[in-house]
Amino acid sequence: MQLLLNICIYLPLAGIAGILVARNDKATKWISLVTTALTFLLSLLLIFNFDISASGTAQFLTEGAPIIEGMDIKYLVGLDGLSLLLFMLTTLMGPIVILSSWNSVKKHLAGYYAMLLLLQTASMGVFASLDLIVFYVFFELSLIPMYFLIGIWGGEGRIHATVKFFIYTLVGSLIMLVGLIYLGYDAGSVMEGVRFSTDWRFLSSGAYQIGLVEQTYLFAAFALAFCIKVPLFPFHTWLPYAHTEAPTAGSVVLAAIMLKMGTYGLLRVCLPIFPNAFAEFAPYMGALAVVGIIYGALVAMVQKDVKKLVAYSSVSHLGFVVLGLFAVNTISVQGALLQMVNHGLSTGALFLIVGMIYDRRHTRMIDDFGGIAKVIPVFAVMFMIATLASIGLPGLNGFIGEFLILNGAFNSEIIPQNAFAVFAALGVILAAVYMLWMYQRVMFGPLKHKVNEKLQDLNAREIGILVPLVILMFWIGIRPVDFTQYSEVQVNELLEASQEKRLAIEQSAKAEELPEWASALYDVTNELASQTKNR
Amino acid sequence: MNYLNDLNAFLPGVIAGAAGLIALLIDSYKDDHDGIYGLTIISLVASLSLSIIDMFGPVGEAWSGMITYGGVSAFGNTVVLFGALFCVLISREYLKAIEHDDGEVYALVLIATSGMLALASANNLIMIFVGLETMSICLYVLAGLIKERKTGAEAALKYFLLGAFSTGFLLYGMALLYGATGTLSIPEIAQAANTDVLFVVGAGLLLIGFFFKISAVPFHMWTPDVYQGTPTTITAYMATASKSASFVALILIVSKMIPAETADWSNVLQVIAIFTMIVGNVIALVQDNMKRMLAYSSIAHAGYLLVGLAAATPEGYSAVLFYLLAYSIMNIGAFGIVAYYERQQGLDFTDINNYAGLGFKRPIMGVMLSLFLFSLAGIPPLVGFFGKYLVFAAAINAGMIGLAVVGVLASAASVYYYLRPMVYMYFREPHKDVSFVQAGTVYKATLIVLAIMTIYFGVAFGGLHDLLSSYYSGDWVASSFMP
Repeated sequence: MQLLLNICIYLPLAGIAGILVARNDKATKWISLVTTALTFLLSLLLIFNFDISASGTAQFLTEGAPIIEGMDIKYLVGLDGLSLLLFMLTTLMGPIVILSSWNSVKKHLAGYYAMLLLLQTASMGVFASLDLIVFYVFFELSLIPMYFLIGIWGGEGRIHATVKFFIYTLVGSLIMLVGLIYLGYDAGSVMEGVRFSTDWRFLSSGAYQIGLVEQTYLFAAFALAFCIKVPLFPFHTWLPYAHTEAPTAGSVVLAAIMLKMGTYGLLRVCLPIFPNAFAEFAPYMGALAVVGIIYGALVAMVQKDVKKLVAYSSVSHLGFVVLGLFAVNTISVQGALLQMVNHGLSTGALFLIVGMIYDRRHTRMIDDFGGIAKVIPVFAVMFMIATLASIGLPGLNGFIGEFLILNGAFNSEIIPQNAFAVFAALGVILAAVYMLWMYQRVMFGPLKHKVNEKLQDLNAREIGILVPLVILMFWIGIRPVDFTQYSEVQVNELLEASQEKRLAIEQSAKAEELPEWASALYDVTNELASQTKNR
Repeated sequence: MNYLNDLNAFLPGVIAGAAGLIALLIDSYKDDHDGIYGLTIISLVASLSLSIIDMFGPVGEAWSGMITYGGVSAFGNTVVLFGALFCVLISREYLKAIEHDDGEVYALVLIATSGMLALASANNLIMIFVGLETMSICLYVLAGLIKERKTGAEAALKYFLLGAFSTGFLLYGMALLYGATGTLSIPEIAQAANTDVLFVVGAGLLLIGFFFKISAVPFHMWTPDVYQGTPTTITAYMATASKSASFVALILIVSKMIPAETADWSNVLQVIAIFTMIVGNVIALVQDNMKRMLAYSSIAHAGYLLVGLAAATPEGYSAVLFYLLAYSIMNIGAFGIVAYYERQQGLDFTDINNYAGLGFKRPIMGVMLSLFLFSLAGIPPLVGFFGKYLVFAAAINAGMIGLAVVGVLASAASVYYYLRPMVYMYFREPHKDVSFVQAGTVYKATLIVLAIMTIYFGVAFGGLHDLLSSYYSGDWVASSFMP
């Protein structure tokens, strides 16, 4: 099974080799489709063999030898409850994005599909890696294909968009790299036999505790990188450009998978390794998330371009995910994890649908449509389902995720004010407003433009792309347990462990000299100092 | 049989130097360029193999303590010879194309290489001076190879004047050090080191001389003009081999000769490193000429290397050594492809505007240039990333977190100008039809080998890093110069 996981991750690279050998446009498409489909089928074997009740360490673990003598940096991949669903989402999106660009991409096919495949490997690697250096390598590697996807096959303003995307995200992750190196040496100083360690299993365990001052700086370094990637308000400015200019497949992968790397990183790295800082900054991050939810929704409302509207709705939706994570209880974190998948499905589907209409009319402006529901009924149905899923209609996936997050945020001990949940709930209403209003203007009403009378309805390929997503939207909406069961044990364990660790660090911090700001921030009074005062 | 041992200790340098002299003879009597080229390749391959073997061999002194062999010096020799060999491999075709395939080019490269080898193995200030001058004088001539163009003449004159100026600093520093300690041998100076003004000023001037050679800010002014005017493959040679040799000598001096107690050298290096990284990267942002862009990029890379040196730990020194190899690999690659594009007639192909659409016209060259540029930008999993990683890790471990933060921010800014050629190559349409010269097999193969090394050492850097660390393991200060 562990071999199977590695095969899954690297199979797309074999596909790239195949493309280079074949040098033929038709073969290129088929090779990419077959490799990604095969990856998906193999990953199904993984999920069937996944032991839901297993606690502790990740499954299908591959552990390489340390790369450098005395430094515990090693190839370490495996899946656990936190990563399994996102990994599956990645493998599912693989064949879908390949099929979605089947006829719409016409120039430089080999390069295009090679980039998609490379992106696939990098994304799977991010979710599967358990050594933070390996995680970092995959995290950065995913930038390169996306840079070219937007830059070569994107729209008018692609150069500005892709350079901004690349540099913005890179600044964040380079700061994270400094933090990562510091963290590695710090961990190495308490381990025996090595000087440096970035093994997530050790870093997240109770055996490794970081002092409050270091924790604050490290949390800031890591959280900045992840917040840019998410993107959390006010770091979201690269996203609308990148999404609007990217080709359909690029937008889908960006929304469904790459944005998740940020939220996943917050959950995987920041929560268990810096529990005190995570809890202490939770209200601030929660506030940013709520601002993002409302801001994203309001900006989405006034967009004239459907794709830009969906892009801003992503800012809003990911605000929910971040809020769920920083509420730090089982319900909200489970909700956040599920919402990551939901957002991937529904926003992915919306971008695909926008891409399909763009292929037909070469415009995405709301004003250019109107009344086309009668002309293309199947399209209208699919669009409706994706829209409703994105709004969070009960019975569809979005509802479950948002409900769990709001429920968890309402009962959260870490962010006690109910205002967070209340204002976030406003976002749900606003989502209904901007999505339905957009849908109405595009699909209903009188047929405004003559050209739209001859629109072709979806063909078999396009229906085939959307049907699996629609099935999953209903499935998650009706039986969410089938999905949340995978992460339940792991989330509980993670939260308990980080809670314990947080209290332990707080306890030991009382015996140490702390700078004033730190003791004020963490509300820790120095026991030694207070004892002397008492005397 | 002591002299045999001595000869053996400096065999790579002896081979390169002797081959250079023979090449000169062949050139004056027979004008047989194929023969000279063959001789150059064979002698460089032989020297390279010998110094690779030396990397795993014993460490010691030879020539009555004038040079060291093995360990750091052997690795330095390897990097220098690697640079020289790969630059010569791509030079022939390029020089033929620009009609400057002169025999003396190879002779000068070989003699300069022997000087660099002496520099990288120096254990005595005289040796450093001799090595540095042998290297520099040959490079002054090479810089002016395209003498009929203004840029070529400017490059040679500028390089010569500023180089001579810096040698003055260097020599004056050596004289003061001799005055302060009464010896020129590096280990003996280390023992006699003191905080006397004479010693501190001497060491400072010596360092300034080196800062000129490695083009650290504020001693970098010559770099862009010289890099632009020199034939591109020779620029690659100057940027990699001569910089590597100077850096290895600098490591030997800083790690062995100037104890931290005499002055806070680490602070000096930190400040220079910060300026070098910022100035190099910021000015590179606005360059429209590929060679000037790579020149400023090489200034910035000197800054990253100085970060490792400033850390002043065994870890930092071995990181710098690894970085030198990484830097040589990707820089020769980048210059090699610039040289390839430059050969197309009709347009000035060092101007970035003319790269528009080239990526799709010459896909393999385009992909490789992207690879080298990504590596220079420090994107994992390429060799440049792990070079930077090790250097910054050393700084962080030495407690210089601020320095590392400045470094990563500077390298984040650098991404912009490394991406620009790719923006032109792939994202813009070509504005003029160019008929392309096909690159020869050797040329292509050399670049492909470099590309493979960029990926290979990025993924499997562990073994080499372990070897480099082992040079500094245990009682490393003593073991590196006590026979």
